[in-house]
Amino acid sequence: MHSIPGRRLIMGLFLIFLMLPIYWLVNMSFKTNGEIISTMTLWPHAPTLQHYRRIFTDESWYSGYINSLEYVVINTIISISVALPAAYAFSRYRFLGDKHLFFWLLSNRMAPAAVYALPFFNLYSAIGLFDTPWAVALAHCIFNVPLAVWILEGFVSGVPREIDETAFLDGYSFPRFFIRILVPLIASGIGVAAFFCFMFSWVELLLARTLTSVNAKPIAAVMTRTVSAAGMDWGLLAAAGVLTIIPGALVIWFVRNYIARGFALGRV
Amino acid sequence: MDKTVNQKAWFLVLPVFLVVAFSAVLPLMTVVNYSMQDTFGNNQFFWNGVGWFKELLDPSTDLGGRFLASLGRNLFFSLVILAIEVPLGIVVALSMPRQGWPVAACLVTLALPLLIPWNVVGTIWQIFGRPDIGLLGYVLNHVGLDYNYVSNDIDAWVTVIVMDVWHWTSLVALLCYAGLKSIPDAYYQAAQIDGASRWAVFKAIQLPKMNRVLLIAVLLRFMDSFMIYTEPFVVTGGGPGNSTTFVSIELVKIALGQFDLGKAAALSLVYNLIILIVCWIFYTVMTNAGVERKVQTESKPAVEPKPSAGLKPVPALKPKEGVA
Repeated sequence: MHSIPGRRLIMGLFLIFLMLPIYWLVNMSFKTNGEIISTMTLWPHAPTLQHYRRIFTDESWYSGYINSLEYVVINTIISISVALPAAYAFSRYRFLGDKHLFFWLLSNRMAPAAVYALPFFNLYSAIGLFDTPWAVALAHCIFNVPLAVWILEGFVSGVPREIDETAFLDGYSFPRFFIRILVPLIASGIGVAAFFCFMFSWVELLLARTLTSVNAKPIAAVMTRTVSAAGMDWGLLAAAGVLTIIPGALVIWFVRNYIARGFALGRV
Repeated sequence: MDKTVNQKAWFLVLPVFLVVAFSAVLPLMTVVNYSMQDTFGNNQFFWNGVGWFKELLDPSTDLGGRFLASLGRNLFFSLVILAIEVPLGIVVALSMPRQGWPVAACLVTLALPLLIPWNVVGTIWQIFGRPDIGLLGYVLNHVGLDYNYVSNDIDAWVTVIVMDVWHWTSLVALLCYAGLKSIPDAYYQAAQIDGASRWAVFKAIQLPKMNRVLLIAVLLRFMDSFMIYTEPFVVTGGGPGNSTTFVSIELVKIALGQFDLGKAAALSLVYNLIILIVCWIFYTVMTNAGVERKVQTESKPAVEPKPSAGLKPVPALKPKEGVA
């Protein structure tokens, strides 16, 4: 119903525009450095896995992925577990200052990371968490907790109140009701919220780079540093880039219908 | 608004409050503290009052000049990408396939750039645009255009803008698509009976129905582009010269590059204030939309498909109501 003339062409061109740069990255990751620099080839003529092999065998590279995954997972767990009860409260009750609080959360989701880089550096150095995954995980809470609250609130509001009331009449205590009834009902919502927490923590670089130096260096920082030191190893850089796209590409299929909702904080 | 008043709900909100207060309020207090002081290293601080703020808003000083220049660049950047991404996003949303697997395939492909780490987005375009090893730079230079984003201001700008269009147009498209999908078929049938043209359908049905999502998309894109840091930093590093130095890049330069804490803190506060204002507009839009949605579902549309029925502005829900 809602389409325009020439839509196939427009869509086709736009998808090509989206895929071309990604293809180029993948293409380069399979080339040898000699081929990258000397000739312009549209596909690898002498395909090689040397860059991927290097990443998976060199500790300074693969530890970057492990570090990143570590803080991303910690952050997702913290965000979801604190956001769940709050989302329920915002969805069901009115209380003193609820709307102010809701806005305050949103304003933190939107705060520029650059503003917080320096104070976070001081804060986490002072409490001895600097250069640990915990520092980055806690720092990323500033935008992920509000995000999770906003998304989950939308899903909790989709559950009819009668279910709560019936459960309480049946003698369910609040924690039991919460875990046995509510959480299963909004399981898909929790999945979506977790996905977005994961994603936003995964794509963030500035805070992650500022709060780590050696032990907890995320892959994003490994990419920028090693490359400049080694005098531009383009193939390796491309391979590392391709590997960072994979987590998103793996789960994207399951959340395809929720992408707009997640980016609009559950309001679409 | 049939929520019951229950102050005990605060206990449920407490964990969130603590976590966010720890990672937002505490650092922000440090910022406020620094913004009033000057430092000469060695942890020696001197009271400077509102001196930094005065300097910040005065274009004749070094700090003010840098701030206002980067602010101007950033606003220009935001306007340009909005002017490109919003119409393009609408067109792409209207071009979505109707049903079946192509829909899913398009959704997945559209969403892919959104899920790429921002520094990798930068890396992708850094490589793609290079005249020696990148497809784009190579092709442009071989058709006779002298394209080099490292040395030419305009090329750098074009690269950063095209990169942002590449990165974020999908978001606008996906939001618009969500808005379009919510239009009942009856509207189109009515339009068909009236013999409405394609353009009339767009103007009278689709655009009004997308109103809300579009507003959300514009605000989200404005805020995100106003805070942009990683992607241009990776591609151009703010250069050539200062031509692509946006506010965040300038701020990080002052804060972490020069460790000029007072100046950086004052800049942060002004920067944050701007974001806060936009954010408040965003919040009002969001909550109004929520009220509108509830009103719509409560008075079930047993109505004839009147194209403009769904977009009557509902009286604003003032955020202050909660403090009763």
